[in-house]
Amino acid sequence: MSDQIYEVKSPLMGTFYRASAPGAPALVEIGQKIEASDIVCVIESMKIFTELRAEKGGVIKEILADNEEMVMKNQVLIRVEAG
Amino acid sequence: MVFERILIANRGEIALRVIRACKELGIQTVAVYSDADKDSLHVTLADSAIHIGPALSSKSYLNQEAILDAIRQSGADAVHPGYGFLSENAGFAKACQDLGVTFIGPSAESISRAGDKSSARKALMTLGIPVIPGSDDVIISVDMACEVAKDVGFPVILKASGGGGGRGMRIANNEAELVQAFDMASGEARAAFGNPDIYLEKYIENPRHIEIQVIGDTHGNIIYLGERECSIQMRYQKLIEEAPSSFVDDELRQELGQTAVKIARAIDYHNAGTMEFLVDREKNFYFMEVNARVQVEHPVTEAITGIDIVQEQIFIAAGARLDIQQEDVRLNGWSIECRINASDPDDNFMPSPGVIESVIFPGGPGVRLDTHIHDQYMVTPYYDSLVGKLIVWAKDRPAAIERMNRALEEFDIKGIATTIPFFREVLNHPDFRTGEIDTHFIDRFFS
Repeated sequence: MSDQIYEVKSPLMGTFYRASAPGAPALVEIGQKIEASDIVCVIESMKIFTELRAEKGGVIKEILADNEEMVMKNQVLIRVEAG
Repeated sequence: MVFERILIANRGEIALRVIRACKELGIQTVAVYSDADKDSLHVTLADSAIHIGPALSSKSYLNQEAILDAIRQSGADAVHPGYGFLSENAGFAKACQDLGVTFIGPSAESISRAGDKSSARKALMTLGIPVIPGSDDVIISVDMACEVAKDVGFPVILKASGGGGGRGMRIANNEAELVQAFDMASGEARAAFGNPDIYLEKYIENPRHIEIQVIGDTHGNIIYLGERECSIQMRYQKLIEEAPSSFVDDELRQELGQTAVKIARAIDYHNAGTMEFLVDREKNFYFMEVNARVQVEHPVTEAITGIDIVQEQIFIAAGARLDIQQEDVRLNGWSIECRINASDPDDNFMPSPGVIESVIFPGGPGVRLDTHIHDQYMVTPYYDSLVGKLIVWAKDRPAAIERMNRALEEFDIKGIATTIPFFREVLNHPDFRTGEIDTHFIDRFFS
């Protein structure tokens, strides 16, 4: 894997959401360009919502979980090509 | 008997609580469950159980259609909604009624009235019930903010109308601070909620959260069952509740109780309900809101009154008259509840779902534990973090604190982080022991 690729991991077990509200468009799509600190997905655990932000700007390469899927702590959710 | 079969539209410890109340009354119980709860205790202990959908609450416990289908299928003649989920949903209460099934709670109309906070506020003000003084409308300019602040008196707090969680909130002690705070509060509100609207109210310094339990029948009899002290909270979530409150004397208790009954009458309330108040250091009190359902912390009131609130709910829903009058309500001893949450005190109280490898429950005199957990139970991330309520009763407050201390020491949950170690620290804090508590206790505790 290229050094340029970084991973967005889930900080805790919870439900993965691609949008910030039900019915809203997905926060990111594959191929989309993002800036550092953009919100890329949301994890809900025990009614607490945690927004995950991009650490660097770049392009979304892979989205590895389905919307509303249960994800584990440290599970890789999104791969981003930095730059 | 009152009802033949009750469907419990909830999960976890409160579903168990209702099942227990029903069993003691010889009423059959029907549980509902999502995919995540198929092996849960409320499913095992109910007489029958109906699957209502996937794990996500929005597709199961909050899915009215699925629950209404289950009600039809079950042949239940009444529904107990517990707390949370659909318990304060007027549409659901109405839909049950339309099905010819009794909703164990207030009427749909009362739920609506209790839920519409701004019109409830206006209606209660006309009855002379104290509410926190503030602006009735959105504050549109600094001048308007200063004018309202002069009316209600400093200090004041600016709050985002979209908000909650402390964001967009600013406190001002004088006009100069208010001018400065106004733009910042508005900016924060816009950033946090996409809505710059803010309103202003009098800032009650170091208030206590004190609430009154009421029960009322459908024949117009309403009584209050004393107060609960719920000042130990974090991020507006209660953590420890007590009954009675060491701050409330007989005079204040009577005043709060009579006010709570007046509020209940004003919204034509029946069944069990709670009126929440903020009380300042001078014992001025301000009405906050009605909780139109049974509350998480109801057991502390049960402990000191000897009244089974859930069974009372069932009798009232069946049309019975209260068999107790105000003068029969006697407060006896002291009760404390700790909410055992699956959250990690060492990691900023982050949720800590996972499998409970093993658990040893506390016991002995004066200890009550309402919980749905057991060895190998999977605490899923789908629902709230409450895994149990530990309640103690003793003759007075110091004895209740000691009893809670030893019960917490006995309670051993392996596999997930919980709030148990945190409660042991709080209970041994000198200010907690002397009863010097208010809603900022936890903030100070960590600073």
